[in-house]
Amino acid sequence: MTLTARRAANGIMTGLCGLALVVALIPLVSLLWLVISNGIHGLSLDFFTALPAPVGETGGGVGNALAGTLYIVGVACLIGVPIGVGAGVFLAERGDGQLGDAIRFTAEVLSGVPSIVVGIVAYGMVVLPMRRFSALAGGVALAVLMVPTLARSTEELVRLVPQSLREASLALGVPQWRTSLKVILRTALGGIMTAILLAVARAAGETAPLLFTSLNNQYWNWRADQPTASLTVQIFNYAVSPYKDWHDKAWSAALVLLLLVGALSMAGRLLSRSRLR
Amino acid sequence: MSESAQPDGIKIDVKNLDAWFRGTQALRNVSLSVPKNTVLAIIGPSGCGKSTFVRCINRMHELVPGATQTGKVFVDGKDLHARGVDPVDLRRRVGMVFQRPNPFPTMSIYENVAAGLKLNGIGGDHKQLVEKSLRQAALWDEVKDRLQSSALSLSGGQQQRLCIARALAIGPEVLLMDEPASALDPIATAKIEELIHELREALTIVIVTHNMQQAARVSDSTAFFYLGELIEHGPTERIFTNPREPRTEDYVTGKFG
Amino acid sequence: MTMKAHTDKTYDAQLDDLRNKLLTLGGKVETEIAVAMRGLQERDSKLAEQVIAADREVNRLEVDIDEACRRLLVLRQPAASDLRFITTALKIVVDLERIGDLAVNIAERALDLNQSPPLKPVHDLGKLAELCQKQVRGALDAFVDGDVSMAEQVIKDDDLVDSLYHNLFNELLALMMEDSRNIRRANSLLFVAKHLERLGDHATNVAEMVIYMVRGTDVRHPGSRTSKSAPPTP
Repeated sequence: MTLTARRAANGIMTGLCGLALVVALIPLVSLLWLVISNGIHGLSLDFFTALPAPVGETGGGVGNALAGTLYIVGVACLIGVPIGVGAGVFLAERGDGQLGDAIRFTAEVLSGVPSIVVGIVAYGMVVLPMRRFSALAGGVALAVLMVPTLARSTEELVRLVPQSLREASLALGVPQWRTSLKVILRTALGGIMTAILLAVARAAGETAPLLFTSLNNQYWNWRADQPTASLTVQIFNYAVSPYKDWHDKAWSAALVLLLLVGALSMAGRLLSRSRLR
Repeated sequence: MSESAQPDGIKIDVKNLDAWFRGTQALRNVSLSVPKNTVLAIIGPSGCGKSTFVRCINRMHELVPGATQTGKVFVDGKDLHARGVDPVDLRRRVGMVFQRPNPFPTMSIYENVAAGLKLNGIGGDHKQLVEKSLRQAALWDEVKDRLQSSALSLSGGQQQRLCIARALAIGPEVLLMDEPASALDPIATAKIEELIHELREALTIVIVTHNMQQAARVSDSTAFFYLGELIEHGPTERIFTNPREPRTEDYVTGKFG
Repeated sequence: MTMKAHTDKTYDAQLDDLRNKLLTLGGKVETEIAVAMRGLQERDSKLAEQVIAADREVNRLEVDIDEACRRLLVLRQPAASDLRFITTALKIVVDLERIGDLAVNIAERALDLNQSPPLKPVHDLGKLAELCQKQVRGALDAFVDGDVSMAEQVIKDDDLVDSLYHNLFNELLALMMEDSRNIRRANSLLFVAKHLERLGDHATNVAEMVIYMVRGTDVRHPGSRTSKSAPPTP
């Protein structure tokens, strides 16, 4: 092939790749555009901090929904992070037998379960016995969604820790369990933090499981055994309503959710990059 | 430790040691002894069992899944596998340095040296001990102004000396070195060899090495292993000028094919 | 010597090259002695001159061999039998070159003696020369074959050389005392005898080094050995 022909081929391929990139970005850009353009005028400090207003009244906000999302996700973390990370560490350290295979298989299956089914299960396991919707139930549902990915990520991160570190620690006369905890885990910690943040970002965006677990709440709520508002459910409620101003509020709330998830993901990425430096 | 069962001056005594990795025999009937405050070099071609042998002395061999051994290993006259001997405790008396420097990446230089103590729950101020260990490892002058910086900011040779300091900090009586300088440049290697020279006054050292000239330089006695067997063990000078076994002769003169 | 080859064939080639150079040197000095003695006994000055000229080659070989040994030492870090061979080579090349020089000295004496009428023939000189040549040949053969018993024989025969030399010394002294006109020539012959005796000593040195090379035990100067405190042996 001559030089000019190669240059031409190079140019064409680069152009095609650029085109593909643009095409891939179209949905993202259009989504951002839509949400921002529709939701931005509803944003105000009030919107972030106030309780929702009844139909017709101006003002109001998603303060309690935002707080509720953070609260429910917090509960989910309290339940899901120890289990997920713990399972991951176990799988990496001692997971080479039948038990390990069983756990991995379970995690795989769980991660494939649709989130609404998880919600129903949480309904049956938590809401029915408690006879009420609650933030706890919501947290449980989200935790179930978080655990499989956390376990898998943690396992991989722990396996990435070089065997030589384990040997170095053992050769110093440090018992196995202490080695796992204080050396291996500590080394993998940065990566695990990132994995947790990303799992949290995903959980914050879930709607279906919350529909029949934490339900919704028009007021502030800090009790784990009471229904709690969440951004996602609130958006759903606003969106399916027949009222125009609630539709507007839905756009604004969606923008808030987007900002929240975006911030969490960014934090996760920044954390992992700062570790590598 | 009672020494009544051992002739005076023998630090490590190995009798009829066999070792397996899941059915493959790695060591065959190895017996040798190492006197106190001497350096034993272990040479031999790849796969001859050198590393396995050394890992039997600090009971790291048994940590490999499926690894077994028979025979006896005595340190200071005490059987390492006797009832009541805690392998974790043993590894504090028999330290180990590995082929590739492996400082703990999330810890500073200071924390690395003190790691053996901190990880075992021994708290308190270790400044003096850290300084002493770094001096013993001939690293103090190079790092004394940056003890809090990351261990990974050191060069390869410095990292290896850091690992030696870390091993020395817990106060072992024996130091096992598995090809400690094979990943280092000649100057760093020379520093490590100088170090071994100085350390022998306080410790008994066993060093595995691929490099015959290094074995000749640093050791008092040399053991030649081949296919899991101890072929010959004797004073270093004799092994390299007039070995008794033809296989030893072939190995040290480069006639192994 | 061990027949097994080094993994690195170049190393083998270099060692063979060194061995050949040494044998060439040995052969040359053997010839020098023989020709010098012929020049003396047959009163042929041309032969004597040949010897003196040939020594340049011998000196060149000595330098060559030294350099080859140094190169091997630095590039190969030899051990065990290879080390003993190369250090032996370094030492015996000195002895062989000295033997060559002694042959030249004999040739120079021959040139000098051939100017004057011959002296009464001295038996033992011929015998001494024969024995010393045998010593040199024996030492070189022992080196080539790694033959310890031959080397030991050479060392033993040195006593014979010494006693022959003493007899010759007395005989020549008697000649000098008999007639003062004999003194100059007898003295020259005495020098020749001395050279031959020294030649034998050098051959003995070579034999001693051969024993070290093969056995790894240094048999030189047994009287002055102090037992080293050996490191603890298992």
